Amino acid sequence: MRTAFINTLIKLAEKDKRIYLLTGDLGFSVFETFAERFPERFVNCGVAEQNMMGVAAGLALEGKKPYVYSIAPFVTIRCLEQIRNDIAYQNLDVKIVGVGGGVSYGELGATHHAMEDAGIIRLLPNFCVLCPGDPLEAEKLMLESYRSPAPSFMQLNRGGDKMVHKRRDKIKIGEPCVIEKGKEGAMVVNGIFLRIGKEVSDSLKSLGHDLKLISLPTLKPVNRNALYKELKNQKFVFSMEEHNILGGLGTLISETMAERGWPGVLKKVALPDEFFSKVGKAEYIRKKCRMTSGEIVKTILKTITKK
Amino acid sequence: MSLEERAKEIRKNILRMMLKSQTSHIGSCLSCVEILTILYFKILRIDSKNPFSEKRDRFVLSKGHAVASLYSTLALRGFFPLKELDHYCKDGEKMPGHSTKRSMPGVEVTTGALGHGLPMATGMALALKKDKRSQRVFVLMSDGECDEGSNWEAALFAGHHKLDNLTSIIDYNKLQAFGRTNKVLNLEPLAKKWEDFGWQVKEVDGHNLNELEKVLSKIPFKKGKPSLLISHTVKGRGVSFMENKMEWHYKNLTDELFEKAIKEIS
Repeated sequence: MRTAFINTLIKLAEKDKRIYLLTGDLGFSVFETFAERFPERFVNCGVAEQNMMGVAAGLALEGKKPYVYSIAPFVTIRCLEQIRNDIAYQNLDVKIVGVGGGVSYGELGATHHAMEDAGIIRLLPNFCVLCPGDPLEAEKLMLESYRSPAPSFMQLNRGGDKMVHKRRDKIKIGEPCVIEKGKEGAMVVNGIFLRIGKEVSDSLKSLGHDLKLISLPTLKPVNRNALYKELKNQKFVFSMEEHNILGGLGTLISETMAERGWPGVLKKVALPDEFFSKVGKAEYIRKKCRMTSGEIVKTILKTITKK
Repeated sequence: MSLEERAKEIRKNILRMMLKSQTSHIGSCLSCVEILTILYFKILRIDSKNPFSEKRDRFVLSKGHAVASLYSTLALRGFFPLKELDHYCKDGEKMPGHSTKRSMPGVEVTTGALGHGLPMATGMALALKKDKRSQRVFVLMSDGECDEGSNWEAALFAGHHKLDNLTSIIDYNKLQAFGRTNKVLNLEPLAKKWEDFGWQVKEVDGHNLNELEKVLSKIPFKKGKPSLLISHTVKGRGVSFMENKMEWHYKNLTDELFEKAIKEIS
């Protein structure tokens, strides 16, 4: 997914001299090409994220289009006030890109887990928040956000490289994208759960069940009426995300559906509101949190077959 | 009008705004009056009729709580009518109590939380430098603000990138929100710290208009380095009962005190 990001950025930067790439000393083996091709527009700001956001704001004030990159927590909560005051409040064209969504960096520990970054940035006015799930979503959402002067935050998963989408035309900022049709319930996914959701969908299908699968890689702004329309006739909705169960995709869906009087049941598959202090890779953590495709299939079957 | 008279007018207008709005930060506003007077009447290449022209020098008020001082200076410099100063901090008006981007003609960026102005100004200076443009970026910081780590990140960055189109002025009145700077977090040796971060440093009496003009007329202080001017000032300058008094970071004016203060300035 990082490759999709950097290749798209290089293509954009060839045509648009306003594009700058700022990094908090990360990007080894990914940014070398950009740095060689556009040395004047590649700035390694060092391990100093607060200043990096301020510098990005200053560049944007002068008409540049800075992309700011680091590991997700460092490029969000480490410098949250700079993002809020310098970028969101002044409504500047700064694109923040955080690598390592969810528990991508599982074994490195909770300091590197990004379980609240997207939800926190969602609270900032003017911001667009994107959690793509495959390279096609990353590329398409990046191109769309590039065309908008609004500030944005895009979270990139490690290991989200498996292509799920077949067509790019249905991928749009703010719009739910139906991947599979179904009547027994609906699954709404973002980030790494696009891939896992697809696995769940395939398993359920092989067991004779049909559930709708919707990718919603935008946390804000979202076409809530369109989302409601896709979900209103379902009795069960399952949100799936690698984010704290508070404040992410599940919260967005519960707000949307409750406000419109939907009588169904929403089950949230998400990280519990606690720091994962045991050691383990992403898949291990998902297993412990009952978030693997196998566990989710069980949860869904239990829910939809309950009398 | 002489520069001294202009500084007096700016001070009087600050006091009027503070009386009418019953707001605080008077001491912080009064300590930087001469700095702003020299910048806006002698140094900055600006056009009050075209306040956001691309050709302007940029001024970033990082100590955003002294915005009354900036409004007062901008009005006197002709960016907007003096009578608009009556709107300061008034309900429904567009002159908030901290610097807010383009709230009024000439107000460049939003600050208020400390430690944000220098990093943004650094980004602006970097952009101008990359585009080989001649406009300069000026920042006015408070001394208490030097406690913020973000400023030292920016200091390191600006020194590393040799941003000699960037000049920062520290309003060094030695009195921060809840104590003297040397008691809260000692900044000394302040000049040496900035020098070590790659800046060329000068010091000046921040109330001496001639000295301020002289030193700010020759920037960068050294080619290839950002310039830092430590401007020694007195908080609450110009009003005897406010000078060097921490409480005037917070207190509001009464009619009686206002009259007394105006008399002293006149």
